[in-house]
Amino acid sequence: MQQVYLAIPLASLIGAIIAGLFGKQIGRAGAHTITITGVAISFVLSLVALKHIVFDGGQIYNATVYTWMVSDGLHFEVGFLIDKLTVMMMTVVTGVSLAVHVYTIGYMHEDPGYQRFFSYISLFTFSMLMLVMANNFMQLFFGWEAVGLMSYLLIGFWYTRETAVFANLKAFLVNRVGDFGFILGIAAIVLYAGSLDYKEVFEQAPRIANQSISVFSGSEWSVMTLICILLFIGAMGKSAQVPLHVWLPDSMEGPTPISALIHAATMVTAGIFMVARMSPLFEWSETALSVVLIVGAITAFFMGLIGMVQNDIKRVIAYSTLSQLGYMTVALGASAYSAAVFHLMTHAFFKALLFLAAGSVIIAMHHEQDMRKMGGLKKYMPITYWTSLVGTLALIGFPGFSGFFSKDAIIEAVHESHIFGSGFAYVMVVAGVFVTVFYSFRLLFLVFHGEERMDQHTREHLRESPAVVTVPLIALAIPSIIIGGMTIGSMVFGDYFSGSIVVKEAHNVLGETEYHGALVFIQHAFGGLPLYLALAGFLSAWYIYMKNPALAQAVSQKFGFIYRMLENKYWFDDAYFALFANGSRRIGTGLWKGGDVSLIDGLIVNGSARLVAWFAGIARQLQTGMMYHYAFTMIVGLVVLLVLFV
Amino acid sequence: MSFTEIVFYAFSTLMVVSATGVITSKNPVHSVLLLVLTFFSTAAIWMLLEAEFLAITLVLVYVGAVMVLFLFVVMMLDINITMIREGFLKNPIQLLIAILFGCVMLGLMAIVVGPENFGLAQIAEPARHAADYSNTKELGRILYTDYVYPFEIAAVILLVAIVAAIALTMRRRPETKYQTPGKQIRVKKEDRLRIVKMKAEKEQ
Amino acid sequence: MIPLSSYLILAAIMFSLSIAGIFINRKNVIILLMCIELMLLAVNINFIAFSHYLGDSAGQVFVFFILTVAAAEAAIGLAILVVLFRNRHTINVAELDSMKG
Repeated sequence: MQQVYLAIPLASLIGAIIAGLFGKQIGRAGAHTITITGVAISFVLSLVALKHIVFDGGQIYNATVYTWMVSDGLHFEVGFLIDKLTVMMMTVVTGVSLAVHVYTIGYMHEDPGYQRFFSYISLFTFSMLMLVMANNFMQLFFGWEAVGLMSYLLIGFWYTRETAVFANLKAFLVNRVGDFGFILGIAAIVLYAGSLDYKEVFEQAPRIANQSISVFSGSEWSVMTLICILLFIGAMGKSAQVPLHVWLPDSMEGPTPISALIHAATMVTAGIFMVARMSPLFEWSETALSVVLIVGAITAFFMGLIGMVQNDIKRVIAYSTLSQLGYMTVALGASAYSAAVFHLMTHAFFKALLFLAAGSVIIAMHHEQDMRKMGGLKKYMPITYWTSLVGTLALIGFPGFSGFFSKDAIIEAVHESHIFGSGFAYVMVVAGVFVTVFYSFRLLFLVFHGEERMDQHTREHLRESPAVVTVPLIALAIPSIIIGGMTIGSMVFGDYFSGSIVVKEAHNVLGETEYHGALVFIQHAFGGLPLYLALAGFLSAWYIYMKNPALAQAVSQKFGFIYRMLENKYWFDDAYFALFANGSRRIGTGLWKGGDVSLIDGLIVNGSARLVAWFAGIARQLQTGMMYHYAFTMIVGLVVLLVLFV
Repeated sequence: MSFTEIVFYAFSTLMVVSATGVITSKNPVHSVLLLVLTFFSTAAIWMLLEAEFLAITLVLVYVGAVMVLFLFVVMMLDINITMIREGFLKNPIQLLIAILFGCVMLGLMAIVVGPENFGLAQIAEPARHAADYSNTKELGRILYTDYVYPFEIAAVILLVAIVAAIALTMRRRPETKYQTPGKQIRVKKEDRLRIVKMKAEKEQ
Repeated sequence: MIPLSSYLILAAIMFSLSIAGIFINRKNVIILLMCIELMLLAVNINFIAFSHYLGDSAGQVFVFFILTVAAAEAAIGLAILVVLFRNRHTINVAELDSMKG
């Protein structure tokens, strides 16, 4: 099996390299064929691995493939840890990647950078696979940085656009802030556990948890709390939690396929995956879990609110992603790691579907993205409409669709949790249900129903997108419906993740939740608050956007301050720009003018020259050119010497 | 006061007075002549010190050649005598400084070489030489044996002085005609002769 | 019965006179050269005196050489003076300041 595991990332990598280096020679068709072949091989082999580990009961594979170096007892290796968590992630990543690759043939059809795009998304697939298959922190970090790099390259794919360049720098820099915490966490792990290998570190977790370290002079922290919080800061950057969330809406500057691949399904979930993988560490620190819980809850609710007032179709889905990532984080904080990962999987499918459907609408509307200029597209683009409806129903948690199972599992888990902050988190996630339904159906009504607000020219060109676009939509719609009910039993409430995820008895919220099968779960929902909040959300959206559009205007004016606050995204962007960006520039200018120009150039360099010149000006007055002055000086010197010696 | 002492004090007074005259005289010709007088008195003193050869040499070489040279130059340079006559009394401060320095130096040197260190008690008067003592012979004996190398070098120095003096001051008048044998030998046919082809007949 | 110190003091007087001469002479470069000759003369008197009182002829040999070199130096100094006069048409020391920095 080792060859299979090795081939999975390498197939994508080779496809990427060939398309990247020889793009001109092999042409457009060649580029997409070779990369799709590479990713398809990765996907098929991931399914083989899935079958081997899950269904055939194969051994968990944890071995080193290549030792890069050994330094002072510390091993830097490339190695794979293939267990049930890994194969699940691998399948999701390669599956969504394959769908996006096929979709791109249609979406980027006229773009001049066609081959470059395929090369980038294949390379991204390789990086993400390296991240999830890692068995040590160094490889994890490599994959982490590599996906960050690919995100940078892809957001700024149309690099001649100023907004795109601004967005990709923003993404990279905000990510860097998270990575700073991440690498401090890894350093702390090396310091206290003495190894980078997962297995060795997890074995030492109980011992580390008993030690304490003084962080700011005087305050003693538990080492495990410190490590976990630092690791979570990395996850905050990558998975866009408040306050490091500002890059995700701007990342919509990139082409829609990558919004689907990176910023919905895979890269942003790397943080969630990492925390789930590190569950043996997080379980030892309740403080860290509370931090995770509260940050996730804030993100889940407040980001959804912003989504309610956006007019760009992709921005709505972006804020929806932020909100759903918040849900996953809340689940992690409540120690329901399996629920979080389960929601990760279902969300990957339906969110990618929603993004790709939005892309289909954008192509048909000739790259128009403002929802206020759409409307009534249902009759022109039926396939897109029906798949979007499926995705939306999955997102809001309509009973029976996959999103329902994962979301309700999370709400139940939070309800059962009693660590600090769990009450607040519960309120947030339940209120978030109303918000989610509202913005989802607002999008659906504004785009596909109601009166047609586009201009005549666009209306004439409206038609359904080609097959290369719609087939991936359908391919993603199917799991959005069925995968939830199929796998919740074993994944969330069963022992699917028992080898990979560790939960302490005190935090075992999922164990306390009663589960008697999928149908009973659906029935149980009818007795809970979330379903009725969802219904209320649906009715409000239908009323405002279908029956009484003027009401929206009136409400926004009545609650003017709140509306403005939401429109400005709580002024996070402005604050960061003024404080960090402008602040750094001012410090730089100050150092340049004060330090470089005045001090070094003016004082030291030019100053020493001026000093020499001044001194020479005085010294040259000795050269009078008059002989008797010289003779006089000589004689005076002679007399002085005589006096000294006599 | 023995005869020696009288001679000594007389000539030394003469020497000092004429030296003073050299530096204070307004006329440069007077200065040169007073310098000649200084040299003569010095020669007398040297005779007293039984250095006859050098005394005569001083008179012959120094006075006879070098001072005559000085005189030639003073005469040759067409100096504006009126300006030079201004003298030094215009600037008494300068005079004062000069006298001061002179006295300081004299005082210091007198401390060093005064009677305490070099008086008769420390260094006795040596015995006079016999009547047939030849200072020249003595000098010649040492010079050509122990000091022959410096002697040769002194000769070379004189040669260098000759060459340098001529090289500095010689001027050639442009209209004098002279021959340069080196150039005469190096001349070539092309420098003197040019062959031009011409037709034998003129066109009609 | 003349002590050695008398001769030495005589030489010292000559030397100081020549130094004073350099100071007070502002007008004439020739006087400068003559003062140098006076200095050399003072040194010669010293040598001869020591040679006589210490009975060593080396002093006289040295005077011999000083005389030679002084003659050479006087010749060249005067040559330079002549060339200087040709170019500057003055031997006034105060006017020879083209080397002023």
